[in-house]
Amino acid sequence: MSKIYYAESHEYVAVDGNIGHVGISDYAQKALGNIVYVDMPEQGDDVAAGEEFGAVESVKAAEDLMSPVSGAVLNINEALIDNPRLLNEDPMGNWIIEVELTDPAELDSLMDEKAYAEYCAGL
Amino acid sequence: MNRQLYGKVIFDLSKPGRRGYHLSGAGCEDTLSSLPASLMRSAAPRLPEVDEPTVVRHYTNMSTNNFGVDTGFYPLGSCTMKYNPKINEEMAALPQFAALHPLQPIFTAQGALKAYYELQSLLSEIGGMAEFTLNPYAGAHGELTGLMVIRAYHDSRDDKARTKVIVPDSAHGTNPASAAVAGLQVVQVKSLPDGTVDVEALRPLLDETVAAVMMTNPNTVGIFEHNIPAIAEMVHACGALMYYDGANLNPLLGVVRPGDMGFDVMHINLHKTFSTPHGGGGPGAGPVGVRAGLEEFLPNPRVKKLEHEGQTLYYHTDEPSALGRISSWLGNFAVELRALAYILTLGREGLKMAGPLATLNANYIKESLRDLYLLPIDRVCKHEFVFDGLADKSTGITTLNIAKRLLDHGFHAPTIYFPLLFHESLMIEPTETESIETLDEFIAVMRDIAREAKETPDVVRDAPHNTPVRHPDDTAAALKPVVTYFQL
Repeated sequence: MSKIYYAESHEYVAVDGNIGHVGISDYAQKALGNIVYVDMPEQGDDVAAGEEFGAVESVKAAEDLMSPVSGAVLNINEALIDNPRLLNEDPMGNWIIEVELTDPAELDSLMDEKAYAEYCAGL
Repeated sequence: MNRQLYGKVIFDLSKPGRRGYHLSGAGCEDTLSSLPASLMRSAAPRLPEVDEPTVVRHYTNMSTNNFGVDTGFYPLGSCTMKYNPKINEEMAALPQFAALHPLQPIFTAQGALKAYYELQSLLSEIGGMAEFTLNPYAGAHGELTGLMVIRAYHDSRDDKARTKVIVPDSAHGTNPASAAVAGLQVVQVKSLPDGTVDVEALRPLLDETVAAVMMTNPNTVGIFEHNIPAIAEMVHACGALMYYDGANLNPLLGVVRPGDMGFDVMHINLHKTFSTPHGGGGPGAGPVGVRAGLEEFLPNPRVKKLEHEGQTLYYHTDEPSALGRISSWLGNFAVELRALAYILTLGREGLKMAGPLATLNANYIKESLRDLYLLPIDRVCKHEFVFDGLADKSTGITTLNIAKRLLDHGFHAPTIYFPLLFHESLMIEPTETESIETLDEFIAVMRDIAREAKETPDVVRDAPHNTPVRHPDDTAAALKPVVTYFQL
């Protein structure tokens, strides 16, 4: 069973052991509106916590994707290339990148489900 | 307003063999046959085959599909869709200007060069700058040019560590884009709840790696950045330069000058502030001004004036410059002529009226609607302001719904979902050229929409009802754009 952590920039990471699946939250997909493009890194790239790893573009806006964790990209969700709308339909079910975590201690600075819900309510 | 859509594509009208002109017997065949085979295409181009009346009717009918400032109210925030006086068109169409060749000898084009020089000087006076280049073709091109000037300045001092540009989180998207294209790194600084730049958040960002701070004043929420003198002092103290994004110059025209506020480099959108036509991607013009000491970094060509023994000569120069050229020639000259016509028509006193009237119109609409629409920043605005959707959030009616419903009433929609500071931004800029009757009509419709949102929300949600095209799938259009007839 994976545990989900959230960043203030509205990405989540669902962690199972030292593997994390990074995506955008339901709040983020709602705020962006219909998503038309997802720019992803390549398999084998390194991502760093708090740094950009790609971008999402919707009919309303373009936003950078910030990684909540550091590590190597094991996989990208290739289904998003042809069907970026999956992020609108089921953001939690459609992660963007799979990361092998190099520093699990980083998770301590992220929010859990409850804290993130409170954070969103305050926005 | 015409609500009927002319929906034909010229390829639909094509009939094999139909021609507007027949060139047989005019000697063209010989010319064609003498061209080398390598220059000839192997298959005929896929062009529509139509007669001249069909072409004329097709494009005339198509022009009636257009909505512009000549057909109705266009309160598109951040775009300054002011009326474009027709005298501008008359001046730009004068054959003495329109029939010029860019490379003809300068002594045969003294009038045109004088007009160009005059506009450079007038913009310098209006902006409080030492010199302007009129070469950039648009606002974003101006931003890029301005940032390249700033880079060239730092490089000339061997100050090469300055690679960052600071932009507020309320900035136009072009600011970070221009900085990135100029090879600089973008750093965002946040805004205070009142929409102005947070000076305390800016302070720690300023060091020897900062090339420039880009600011828009009034900013994108229509609020005057009153801390500019303090910000300029901090920025200059760290060795960086201040860049003024002239997108919102309109309310300040002739009242305050960016140069006097401490800005070093600026651009002006002639197609906004100086009433030249825009929309649909151009043509625009984004002249760039610099304070004294930075002139040598401006791009070529520049137009100069030489006075000798009572004679005056205007000429263009290609002196060595760090930047070289940023456009193929002197910029969009016909647009520049329109802007000059606008300035000369209004005169000094007339120009000073534009800003206060634009400000009055914006505040009039804001105050007339604030009971029904959520006003996140409650201050006197300048030429534009932002609502955060309807005040009553229980209806579920979004800013997009409101914008679409306005189309049913013959108004162009305001800017929506920008700036990104609020979730339901609805950004209204009436400009100074609208009468009180038009403003009142718009206010009445906006009040009606707020009432409908409560009483008959489906009417608003399903809008537009009266437009020729109702609900295009904008997501599909962005994902799989159909841009030529042959993709249909």
